[in-house]
Amino acid sequence: MNKIFEKGGKLYWLHSTVDAFETFLRVPGTTASKGAHVRDCVDLKRIVIIALIAAGPAALFGMWNVGYQHQLAIGGTGAHILGNFWYGFLRVLPLYVVAYLVGLAIEFGTAQIRGEEVNEGFLMTGFLIPLIVPVDTPLWMLAIAVAFATIFGKEVFGGTGMNIWNPALLTRAFLFFSYPNNMSGSACWIHYNPAKDTLVDGFTGATPLALDGAAQYSTTVWSEFLGTIPGSVGETSTLCILLGAILLLWTGVASWKIMLSSVAGALFVGALGDIAGVSAVPCWEQLILGGFAFGTVFMATDPVTSTQTECGKWIYGFLIGALCITVRLFNPGYAEGMMLAILLANTFAPLIDHVVVSVHVSRKAKKTYEY
Amino acid sequence: MSNKIVLKKGLNIPVKGAADLIVSKTVNPGIVAVRPTDFKGLLPRLLVKEGDKVLAGSPVLADKKNADILVASPVSGEVAQIVRGEKRKLLAVLIKADEQQQYLEFPKANPADMEADAVKAAILAAGLWPWIIQRPYGIIANPLDTPRSIFISAFDTAPLAACQEFCWADQMTAIQTAILALGKLTSGSVHVSINDENSSFLKLKGVKFHTFKGKHPAGNVGVQISNIAPVRKEETVWTVSPAGLAAIGKLFAKGRYDVTRKVAVAGPMAIEPSYIQTVPGMPMKELIPFYGTNADIVRIVSGNILSGSNEGTDGYLGYYDSTVSILKEGTEQELFGWIRPIRYKQFSTDHCYFSWLTPWRKYDMDTNIHGGARAFLMNDGYYAKVLPMDIYPLYLTKACLAGDIDKMEKFGIYEVIPEDLATCEFVDPSKNNIQDTIAKGIDLMLKEMA
Repeated sequence: MNKIFEKGGKLYWLHSTVDAFETFLRVPGTTASKGAHVRDCVDLKRIVIIALIAAGPAALFGMWNVGYQHQLAIGGTGAHILGNFWYGFLRVLPLYVVAYLVGLAIEFGTAQIRGEEVNEGFLMTGFLIPLIVPVDTPLWMLAIAVAFATIFGKEVFGGTGMNIWNPALLTRAFLFFSYPNNMSGSACWIHYNPAKDTLVDGFTGATPLALDGAAQYSTTVWSEFLGTIPGSVGETSTLCILLGAILLLWTGVASWKIMLSSVAGALFVGALGDIAGVSAVPCWEQLILGGFAFGTVFMATDPVTSTQTECGKWIYGFLIGALCITVRLFNPGYAEGMMLAILLANTFAPLIDHVVVSVHVSRKAKKTYEY
Repeated sequence: MSNKIVLKKGLNIPVKGAADLIVSKTVNPGIVAVRPTDFKGLLPRLLVKEGDKVLAGSPVLADKKNADILVASPVSGEVAQIVRGEKRKLLAVLIKADEQQQYLEFPKANPADMEADAVKAAILAAGLWPWIIQRPYGIIANPLDTPRSIFISAFDTAPLAACQEFCWADQMTAIQTAILALGKLTSGSVHVSINDENSSFLKLKGVKFHTFKGKHPAGNVGVQISNIAPVRKEETVWTVSPAGLAAIGKLFAKGRYDVTRKVAVAGPMAIEPSYIQTVPGMPMKELIPFYGTNADIVRIVSGNILSGSNEGTDGYLGYYDSTVSILKEGTEQELFGWIRPIRYKQFSTDHCYFSWLTPWRKYDMDTNIHGGARAFLMNDGYYAKVLPMDIYPLYLTKACLAGDIDKMEKFGIYEVIPEDLATCEFVDPSKNNIQDTIAKGIDLMLKEMA
């Protein structure tokens, strides 16, 4: 690094930023000063990039789907795959630009104030945010939400690794409760220009989840699985999310215990709902609707905000799945419950861990040994 | 006959440069250092001055808290220099060794006929007491205590560590004598942990055997204690290494202070890695044949590559160490390191890379930490899978960071010393110095509990 960026140099205020870009390209020549003289070559950058790649298919599909839904809404038949993708890409790109610009500016700034290196965590957060909001979210709202989530959801606790709630979901929660008109209902999921586009007859714009699984454009289970339905940008395609899940599980970046128990929790409450006759949607179909799959794979498994203990992960995952479907089935106000379920489980994660660890400690204290 | 314990967690670090099982030379160093910093828990009082003549076994340092605990000179010769650091802190006593070694004569005895107090007095007087380490905290034992039991690890699983079987198989008579002596000092048993059904240590009598199967740190005595009978609050156990046993045994059998030992000189940068016969306090300069002209680019570690101390070419062999590791200093920057799909030359346990698919490969590891320091991000389970102890390593580390005595107690500070969590430190993608954190936690406990 140039001396000008070092302490005492003229551009020291840019130190963390320059360091972030430099270490992005080159692994620094830092040697172990204390403790183990050799270290594993994995670092957080690698772990974050794997998670980011895993979310890639969902993001690409989401962009295509934005274009596809638009074509369906205006009754167009002309656009092909690339045309739909390009249309969607241009709609989603501004969301990415805003999410990353606002979030990274805050991250770089706080890293500089603390005199730390910039944490990679926001690369993932920023990648997820555009995928969990409706495509028509106004950019200024997104900017405020990202700033809120980054500052009050993360930095005030001490930065990445110290936060209680998943920052991407906190962004969404902020939008959801501050600007409900832009975040729910049937007007926000499909992009069209009311002045120019004429919509097909019978268009509602609502997601299948809001319609209780009912058909729009002859929605089938297959299209719900593939993701050719309206919804937040990246959440619709269970198939693409599964591809990401395979990578996350192969690399061990995300916990299979959380994913499995979340599915179990959802099926459990879904089955109860089926028995009680609350919903026309069978319990297994709940898994491919709405944000359940996306939340289970990419949000619930965030290692910072999930439970720490392996035993706690079973409880935490089950809680998320069960809460999500509970909200869906028994709360007439909200069509979707995944965001609330994960944020609530995030809140309870330290408590779950506390119980697990306390039980372990007291059980261990009661054991007897032969000296 | 022995109690079998299989440890599933752990990590063998596949580093190149294991020492061949031959003693390639005997090093009789011209200068030997006695360093108080080698002894954890010792508050040193100097007993010699420059120009004094000493014999092998003459006391050089004593403990200010317990004047009976002595540290002796491993060689005979003349005190050449007393090295002091900041605030006149005593760093080392340098002794110029005689050509012909002379030993301070101690009375020979058969420990079978001795009372506990007589055994203690004999070990203390000969300056061998520092070999007896107490748990909790890993400090020199208090001679006034009666430990619950005594633990001995007869194998070392640390990467490149000296093979205990190779080093001590020919000293079993002395080790047996020491076991007889130590057996007098505890109210419980003497536990010996082995990892091989053919171990020479199985010849020992009057001990309880435990056979461990597992990866590093299965050979750490702390891990073994934790899996046999963990140390709890207000309990004390003692641990002695095979090197200490041999020294104590020779004291009773021959009446001499003899701490010579085989030392493995190993590591990716070691030229013809093999064993040498030497004494603790040997200057690392004596190892020039092993690092040749690379003095500027190597790190010389007294001890294993996970928990040893960085001595440099001007340093000395630590009192307890039987391994010297020679590594390359990893000061080079690596272009596109973490972005590359495959980093063929680097080792990682994490499945984000692919080295876990080729478990037979050994790696040229250097001292680069491969990243920048971050807050802890991964879960406790990420660390627990390389630590075969019934504790939550991340909870313990965080309790130490917070200085929360109550939580440190609950999460197992009495069971660990820093080396036990070395594998956790190795795998940490946040590059935290976990061993240092644990060491600070132990220091805090010692201060608060005193």
